[in-house]
Amino acid sequence: MTEAATMEAKAEPLLLPLDSWHREKGGRMVEFAGYAMPIQYEGIMAEHEWTRTSASLFDVSHMGQLTVAGPGAGAALEKLLPADLGALKECRTRYSLLLAQDGGILDDLLITRTGEDSFRLVVNGATKHDDIAYLRANLPEEVTLAYHDEMALIALQGPLAASVLDDLLPGIAEALPFMASASRGCADAHLIVCRSGYTGEDGFEIAVPSDKAVKLADALLADERVKPAGLGARDSLRLEAGLPLYGHDMTASIDPVSADLAFAISKRRREQGGFAGAETILPLLAEGAPSKRVGLAIEGRAPAREGATIMAGERVVGVVTSGGHSPTLGRPIAMGHVEAGLAATGTELQIDVRGRKLSATVAPLPFVPHNYRRQGGK
Amino acid sequence: MTRYFTTDHEWIEVEGTSATVGITDHAQEQLGDIVFVEVPAAGTAVAKGKEAAVVESVKAASDVYSPITGEVTEGNAALEDDPALVNTAAETDGWFFKATIADTSELAGLMNAEAYATFCADLD
Repeated sequence: MTEAATMEAKAEPLLLPLDSWHREKGGRMVEFAGYAMPIQYEGIMAEHEWTRTSASLFDVSHMGQLTVAGPGAGAALEKLLPADLGALKECRTRYSLLLAQDGGILDDLLITRTGEDSFRLVVNGATKHDDIAYLRANLPEEVTLAYHDEMALIALQGPLAASVLDDLLPGIAEALPFMASASRGCADAHLIVCRSGYTGEDGFEIAVPSDKAVKLADALLADERVKPAGLGARDSLRLEAGLPLYGHDMTASIDPVSADLAFAISKRRREQGGFAGAETILPLLAEGAPSKRVGLAIEGRAPAREGATIMAGERVVGVVTSGGHSPTLGRPIAMGHVEAGLAATGTELQIDVRGRKLSATVAPLPFVPHNYRRQGGK
Repeated sequence: MTRYFTTDHEWIEVEGTSATVGITDHAQEQLGDIVFVEVPAAGTAVAKGKEAAVVESVKAASDVYSPITGEVTEGNAALEDDPALVNTAAETDGWFFKATIADTSELAGLMNAEAYATFCADLD
């Protein structure tokens, strides 16, 4: 090893506010998005199944929590996101995309209106610093961006999440339908609760000041319906739910139409344009994109992983962007990008795994139905 | 019968010039829930230190290397229907393949159970 290489030794991963808490609970820590994070506690399969039947606590404090505020904040953000922020009511949350000028996806995020001229954004951990730089460079001077690195973020996910949280914060389940947010005081901490998640289950993402994160995590885990779950289960849950992962199923070189995320482009924005990449994206909306993200049901037991080639006979027609074993279905599932002409449900394709051709069929997403509570309640 | 271990966490049980190969309990513990195993078919030539099988956990695929050079006489068919056997019985019923050993001198560099236990303890 040369001296230069020695000097460039990898930076130590950052520690989450719940770092010791995870280790005490038996979390196996790995590096993800620059942080030491638990990949699993008792096992991915058990944590996955617990999330589908009860409630799991996920630490997602690596994600970036931002506030964008100032006169005209909504209009300024609409130049970068294809959401209809004008129609977004206070305390309501939308899934949206941060777009590059060429129409590529820089990140996916949740945005909540917190006031007439203020919005809360939650962005991916691995991209948050680039997002902040891009937003700051493209927002007018009077609109400010604050990065809340003093806040932790805890997700409580599963069919019993609402009952659990309602015991801690009485009335929260009734007050919040899916994709709505509220502020609550609890355990002398100010919490921001959003009914949202990344598992396909009902659940909440709770922002809490870092120094109160252990107290909140302990209070949630004191309920026997709750167990901790790691990144491994988070990934298998979101894959079953057909939810794309940034950097894999969508990237800066993929537009929202190809990524099958056109639903994130609101009606008014389709008509009026005026967002980054609109010149590229609007024609694709009208005419269709040359390739599309699809679900793939795979025959047999062998999982197809990210990077595996998708074939139609001898012809390469796409690539797997996420894949693995579905604990709920007991068989391998995947998402991939394929030529638009082969994206219809039921299309029979093959996936090359270590030189062997696995039979795969284009399947509707999600693989496992979503269990969201659009009307609120437990 | 003598059992040896590799630094890649395979075990090999030797009787004369016949061997049974699997992954260690430590390895299955690290991999987590195993969902698929691809074992070599009878007649496949394997080479010391080269990929001979694949084991897939929920999160990733891993190669399994042959501790010796030789020819596969049997792959463990039970793993096809029940890959989780590797989690529950890694060093017994969850074996991967049986093979002939072309050159028993290849066993010289392998660890015994005690040395392997020390090796694993040093990894933590």
